[in-house]
Amino acid sequence: MSSLPGFAAAPAREPAQRSDDFLQIIDVAKQYGDTLAVRGVSLGVERNELFALLGSSGCGKSTLLRMLAGFEAVSAGRIVLDGEDITGLPAYQRPVNMMFQSYALFPHMSVEANVAFGLRQEGVARAEIQDRVFAALDLVQMAAYGRRRPHQLSGGQQQRVALARSLVKRPKLLLLDEPMSALDKQIRQKTQIELTRILEQVGVTCIMVTHDQEEAMTMADRLAVMTDGMIVQCDTPHAVYEYPASRFVASFIGSTNLIDGVIVEDEPDHVLLESEALQQRLYLNHGVNEPLGMTVTVSIRPERLSLSRIPPAVPYNWSSAVVSHVAYLGSHTLYQVTVPSGQVLEASLPSLLLAEGAPALGEEVFIHWSADAATVLRT
Amino acid sequence: MRFTLRRLRPQARTLAIVPPYAWLVLFFLLPFLLVVKISFSDMEFGIPPYGPLLHFEDEMVRIGLHLRGYILLFTDNLYVATYLSSLKMAAVTTLCCILIGYPMAYCIARANPRYRSLLLLGVILPFWTSLLLRVYAWIGILRNEGLLNQTLMWLGVIDAPLEIYRTDVAVYIGLVYTYLPFFILPLYAHLVKMDLRLLEAAYDLGAKPWRAFLSITLPLSRGGVIAGAMLVFIPTVGEFVIPELLGGANTLMIGRLMWTEFFSNTDWPMAAAVTCVMVLLLLVPLALFQFNQVRQLEERR
Repeated sequence: MSSLPGFAAAPAREPAQRSDDFLQIIDVAKQYGDTLAVRGVSLGVERNELFALLGSSGCGKSTLLRMLAGFEAVSAGRIVLDGEDITGLPAYQRPVNMMFQSYALFPHMSVEANVAFGLRQEGVARAEIQDRVFAALDLVQMAAYGRRRPHQLSGGQQQRVALARSLVKRPKLLLLDEPMSALDKQIRQKTQIELTRILEQVGVTCIMVTHDQEEAMTMADRLAVMTDGMIVQCDTPHAVYEYPASRFVASFIGSTNLIDGVIVEDEPDHVLLESEALQQRLYLNHGVNEPLGMTVTVSIRPERLSLSRIPPAVPYNWSSAVVSHVAYLGSHTLYQVTVPSGQVLEASLPSLLLAEGAPALGEEVFIHWSADAATVLRT
Repeated sequence: MRFTLRRLRPQARTLAIVPPYAWLVLFFLLPFLLVVKISFSDMEFGIPPYGPLLHFEDEMVRIGLHLRGYILLFTDNLYVATYLSSLKMAAVTTLCCILIGYPMAYCIARANPRYRSLLLLGVILPFWTSLLLRVYAWIGILRNEGLLNQTLMWLGVIDAPLEIYRTDVAVYIGLVYTYLPFFILPLYAHLVKMDLRLLEAAYDLGAKPWRAFLSITLPLSRGGVIAGAMLVFIPTVGEFVIPELLGGANTLMIGRLMWTEFFSNTDWPMAAAVTCVMVLLLLVPLALFQFNQVRQLEERR
């Protein structure tokens, strides 16, 4: 998928998966009784890619992951991994391993026995098992804890053991189910970076499921936003954040300002919108290829808005406003400003730049933004 | 003022411990000490039919411990054989309960939650009828002209009735039937709270369902198997009603022996000695069980 700015980056109907992708999910659906948990998802993941399925609970991401692991039967569609159709294979025959959300370490076995379990099922020779278990535990820096039982470890240590256990069989596909949800917030970010480093080091194709957009953006090469059993956008974290395809994605990933406008001029390289909310027209540096007079919604991220006391010397992309709320957040300061139509917009400004002469509550200011800051949302 | 009041108030911990201990002392330890006392007394004709342990005579208190019962116990082969036979019957019954009860408990624990309570009800339902009635019902089924033999003969499977009633086989059937729920319930409680994601993890790591059962489910349900086995083994050793009603003349069990000594021979000291040795025999497995429980609890910490 292209990550070029503009409308072309939105889910244009180019095929979601190609026949040379390492993992191909082709029109996979899951039906429970009358409800469709997953509605025809198609997805391609490249070799050694770290891919994230992002969505709120009940969006179907976990069901999709469980179908990849083989815990749930696929109602329709196919799953092809490394050229082999694994749709009908039982979980114990798939070259796929999973790190469970609760880690699911076997409580009656030592750390070593937990990691060795998968190799024992394969009938690997004893000496080789010992070597590979040690190497896997060494990779996650848990080699010194081999004789302990899982309940004697902290949450972070248990997670490392679970990771070692899911990597030791050298799976073609690694599944991570909410990998950070059982960890304290303080160590989460450190662990995210650490986990990404380990995965890059061993070189494994990986699909993770998460409801935490920060986690997905920190770790994943590409991510797919899911809602209601469907993928609504699939791209790099950067492209999804900067060029959200829909109102849902724009507000799910970070916060945003949504402004409605009517198309008054539409050229391949730019579009001009008339908005009731703002005094000036909006000028966007990409075309939308839609009829004139149509109402569309534009998304502008809070950090893309600037504040000034004098009106900008350009004919577009600004409006007068009154500061209605100021929140100091440390590195950034969040301003809520009310434009003449009464709509409230949010602007996030680096606190450092505001050290002197920051606009005060109730002060009249001008907000403005550049032509590449706004994106037209399709739905 | 508040401070002194708090000091006077007994600790909640003590309050929680006292009732069960008081119960055990009052209804287990004291009666048992009485039985121990009787077992060391001399048999007498009268009410009660045993003599005192303490004699006051010539300004002297004599304590007379009569060991007749115990000596007889260990010298007369009948008693030794009865103990061994009781232990054997209890062991076989426990084994049968494990073999039959484990699959049943497993199926109930893994059944659809909607039917689970119905299946559990089926296990508990026999308790709603008196044990005596149920054992009598078994007589009706097992005796020579009973339901089982008539059905088998009508089907043409056998020509002559099977001799089951008044044999050890009938006792085993009765014991297993009666004590099976005691095995199933604690095991079910263990199996139903098992984390099924552990099984998924085992499948995910390449374990076939049978291997996953052997290496995950079975070891994790060990506590339930032990608890259930104890609940079957301990009461079975001293069981009286079932061997009395279903067993033959040569079905040797301690319960029957005690009955004979107590009511037929009116030999209270002998009956008490039989009881004391049996309690000791049962204390060993109980202590083992307790040890196992404590160890498991500590492991979990």
